[in-house]
Amino acid sequence: MNRALRCLPLLILALAWEFISRTGLVSGSALPSLVKIGEAWWGLARDGDLWTHGAASAWRVGAGLFCAIVIGAALGIGMAWWRPADMVLGPFVEIFYPLPKSALIPVTALWLGFGDGSKILLIALGCMLPVTIGAYNGARSSDRTLVWSARSMGAGRLRVLRDVVAPSALPELLSGIRTALAISFVLLIASELIVARSGFGYLIGFLGANGTYEPMFAVVLTVAFLGFVADRLYQAFTRRVFAWRE
Amino acid sequence: MSEITIEGVRHLYKPARGKPVLALDDVSLEIAPREFIALLGPSGCGKSTLLYMIGGFLPVETGSIRVNGKKVEGPGPERGIVFQHFALFPWKTVKQNVLYGLERQALQRGEREARAQTFIDMVGLSGFEDAYPSQLSGGMKQRAAIARTLAIDPRILLMDEPFGALDAQTRHLMQDELLGIWRRSPKTVIFVTHDVQEAVYLAGRVAVMSARPGKIMDIVDIGLDKSDPDLQRSKAFADKVDQLWRLVRDEAIKAQQGRRPL
Repeated sequence: MNRALRCLPLLILALAWEFISRTGLVSGSALPSLVKIGEAWWGLARDGDLWTHGAASAWRVGAGLFCAIVIGAALGIGMAWWRPADMVLGPFVEIFYPLPKSALIPVTALWLGFGDGSKILLIALGCMLPVTIGAYNGARSSDRTLVWSARSMGAGRLRVLRDVVAPSALPELLSGIRTALAISFVLLIASELIVARSGFGYLIGFLGANGTYEPMFAVVLTVAFLGFVADRLYQAFTRRVFAWRE
Repeated sequence: MSEITIEGVRHLYKPARGKPVLALDDVSLEIAPREFIALLGPSGCGKSTLLYMIGGFLPVETGSIRVNGKKVEGPGPERGIVFQHFALFPWKTVKQNVLYGLERQALQRGEREARAQTFIDMVGLSGFEDAYPSQLSGGMKQRAAIARTLAIDPRILLMDEPFGALDAQTRHLMQDELLGIWRRSPKTVIFVTHDVQEAVYLAGRVAVMSARPGKIMDIVDIGLDKSDPDLQRSKAFADKVDQLWRLVRDEAIKAQQGRRPL
């Protein structure tokens, strides 16, 4: 019941959309009917366009995020744990963190061309720092009495890193990853719109340029839905990880 | 022969911002094996700092701390510690917490499990083996922390205001249990507290510390019969509390005045 109630605003929005579109208050190209968008979506799915472009996008986001998370987490925990790393890398993190990551789109295209490589690098670079900062702050906040307890029970420095520092860093690390997840979608679509020959972003740009707005909206809504699902799945995952937090 | 020898220890606390503060100045103390000694003083007098230095968590820069003749240069399993805020690993269950130290020792798996269970039972946490710390009350958390520390069988037990975060009733129960544990398997206990009654009730000797910089002002022999169930209502007990309170009071006032208003 509660769930149904939460979907109600969405339903109202959809009905309003359909109503505005059908009565012609707004031109059909600016806001195509949802039914027609649905038909266009079905067409794209049947022809396979949705899947081939979707696969290209999924690979780029997956590989880019994977690199961002692995490198970012290692960097953040390393910086928190080993002072020289903090001193050398800290200034770079501070300088690059506020940089609008979309500015790197032409740079990565210049380096790696129009293919997957430039998108993966862009997403890896753009999503790494939120993960780094999350891991760093989390690891720094590890309670010294926990570290001392482990040490007094015979744990060496590497053990403490694995058994205390890393788990202490996890909550902030995971919230950094959630930010990275959101940024990755932005960078993916933006870079594919500008420099790509495949992917959802490319498809949106291509369909828009051809004046086929119904399929264009279909892809836009698909991307929005996937972003939502990815975030929800991620939250469900973090809840499982933090079963101990009650 | 003394088990722990502290000689001329000074500690300069260097905060991230602001001026360094002399936290401990010229502290010397001898602690005998199986002794139960309390470090009593106002908050901020450096008594916990001294405990952390004995534990090997903070470096000894001036003076020396020796345990059985060996200079303390880091933590070791012969010195177990119990913290005020329990310091249980929140992502581990009670059992996993108690097992942690045992896993660092050369023990068979079955032996480890049995030993962990023994100590969980001893502190009365049977049935809570698989509970996470967040699911336990303060008293239960501290029992779990004590079980974890006792499981690795340290000869020396360092306790940093272990009952300070508990409500009054739980605190009394835990004090009695600690005395029971100490009587059954005598260890050297160094017990940090700012509670005069607690110090008199638990310890055989009380080292009274002054406000910053922390020094040992006096060492008082308690000499009371701890097995007397009416101890806390006896005149001898009240007299000891009174004697210590007079020593501590001036320092507590000094410690208050030493604080800047917020």
